[in-house]
Amino acid sequence: MDRTPQIKFPIPQEELVFSGHTACPGCGAVLAMRYALKALGPKTIMVIPPSCAGVIAGGFPVSALNVPVLRIAFETTAISASGIRAALDMMGKKDIHVLAWAGDGGTFDIGLQALSAAAERNDNIIYICYDNEAYMNTGIQRSSSTPEGTWTTTTPASSLKDTPKKDIIRIMAAHKIPYIATASVGYPPDLIKKVEKAKGIYGTRFILIYSPCPTGWRHSPELTIQIAKLATETGVFPLYEIEDGEKYSLSRRHSKKPIKEYLSLQGRFRNFTEKDLKKMEEKVRKEWDYLTRMAG
Amino acid sequence: MKKVISGNQAVSYAVLSAKPQVIAAYPITPQSAIVEMLATFCATGDLHAKFINVESEHSAMAACIAASVTGARTFTATSSQGLALMHELLHYASGLRLPIVMANVNRALASPFNLKADLSDSLSQRDTGWLQFYCESGQEVFDTIIQAFRISEELLLPVMVNLEGFILSHTYEAVEIPEQKEIERFLPSPPPRECLDVEHPSMFGSTTDLYINFRYKMHQAMEKAETVCQDVDDQFQRTLGRGYGLVQSYECDDADIILLAAGTIASSCRVVADRFAKKGVKVGVLRIRLFRPLPKGPICHALKNTPKIAVIDRDFSPGCGGILAQEVKAIFHNENRKVPIYEFIAGLGGRDVTDEDIERIIEQTLEAKEPGEITWTGLLK
Repeated sequence: MDRTPQIKFPIPQEELVFSGHTACPGCGAVLAMRYALKALGPKTIMVIPPSCAGVIAGGFPVSALNVPVLRIAFETTAISASGIRAALDMMGKKDIHVLAWAGDGGTFDIGLQALSAAAERNDNIIYICYDNEAYMNTGIQRSSSTPEGTWTTTTPASSLKDTPKKDIIRIMAAHKIPYIATASVGYPPDLIKKVEKAKGIYGTRFILIYSPCPTGWRHSPELTIQIAKLATETGVFPLYEIEDGEKYSLSRRHSKKPIKEYLSLQGRFRNFTEKDLKKMEEKVRKEWDYLTRMAG
Repeated sequence: MKKVISGNQAVSYAVLSAKPQVIAAYPITPQSAIVEMLATFCATGDLHAKFINVESEHSAMAACIAASVTGARTFTATSSQGLALMHELLHYASGLRLPIVMANVNRALASPFNLKADLSDSLSQRDTGWLQFYCESGQEVFDTIIQAFRISEELLLPVMVNLEGFILSHTYEAVEIPEQKEIERFLPSPPPRECLDVEHPSMFGSTTDLYINFRYKMHQAMEKAETVCQDVDDQFQRTLGRGYGLVQSYECDDADIILLAAGTIASSCRVVADRFAKKGVKVGVLRIRLFRPLPKGPICHALKNTPKIAVIDRDFSPGCGGILAQEVKAIFHNENRKVPIYEFIAGLGGRDVTDEDIERIIEQTLEAKEPGEITWTGLLK
């Protein structure tokens, strides 16, 4: 009897991220990049602003990526992708994908204006934000993606972040772009399927990938996948898609694991109080209600 | 064909003739007519280019950079605050060695808010690695835009073509627009260069230890720029019958005093110079057309015999003075001959620089024994 486990969803073999890159052990961001590029394939041009992703990709004369990369100013990721798209279209190279790749700081904060403008024009680009919920490359400073009650170097224990994580997905949905998805490095087949789906759609496509950061989240590198899965299982980071800003579909049922399990593995939540926990549980419950209602 | 058009229209028709493939621009007074015309050319199909309606000048320059690094011929236009907003990306454009052409309609920088002509916006970008031209007429604007594409594609450095807000941008003049065939003889399709390419993946825009080498290569290209600009101007003269030089000198040879300026102030200076000539006073005029890199040789040559130079700056660097004056002083620092340079600030924020103002500048300079403090002309009482 053949005992080879059945692979339900084969992950493409081709590696477009070389080994020898400079990511930290257990980095979620580089996994996100590896899976996304596997889904997109070699006919992809990538734009990366200053970020961990930029450091991982390297600098002339070396590159960790087997696709052409433009390293560009922090706040210009989306418009740079649009500029490349415009040039490719004018030069008759319509079969090449343009991938804008930025972190949460580059997306939620400094890059939001250019991203909103590209989405409003429905420029034909794929924008992926790997979300590690703070400015990790500059040393763990809070971004507007940092959740309430989190420690960072600019929200120290005596003054933890006291406002909720910005809801970038609803901001993007308000632009009525053709495709939005959340994905996680904890679920590679789902992530790859979403990027492949995005590949076949015309217009601005936005994917937010949950990418744990052992260095900034203060957890052991081997826990990256476990934490990523827990984020989804506890409902903290739900996985879903939105088409045309309106059609919601949930990718995974929420198994309602206690949020405490997720929090307890990460040093950044060390100062979380019972009150903070109650607040977070309430937030997760409300968001889940909203998503199930929207998904019908 | 001759057309009566504004400076902004001269820019737009020149861009139409140069056939860029990607244009990204954002409206700002007094440049907006350029954005409108180019968007219309692209919409009607007169110009086969993608026009990106960006949300800021910062994004306009970012789009041009990305399109250019992909291999497309690109153009944008801005003014004043818009240029200041682009500042960060001006460095990216030159550092990536991209042949981007930009028209800048000179306007005063806030605060206080002011819409009118002032060269401080572009002169304060002099360290960003862009070549800078300053024009005096609608025809020169048209011709310089065409030349700029040739120059930038040869040097792999971006070129900024400046025209003063309202004085040039909104003034209608007869401008000769050559046949498309003639333009293309002078400005063929862009030569191939190394670009983002999925067949040959490479990394653009990042390095560590080699940074200084990249900067040195930029320096070498800038060193070549003066010769390339002169050659391109000579070829333009041969092909299309008009040439401007890098500086324009008027009656400088045995002048008692030389007025030095950029842009349209030079036109008024020549009119006043003719009046003085009738009185037996020899006034020369030297107009700086190429400011970056500053053509040292031609400037020294034009100024070689004059006993006095009066520099009229329609720009101001606080704590320093007129920018042209500082640059000209720096040129003479290593010359054997010491020429007294008299500094005048005039016409800021679009204040008229009248013939009378220029007469006073000449008389004051002729009377003075040695240069003193900077003189501000046109201050309201």
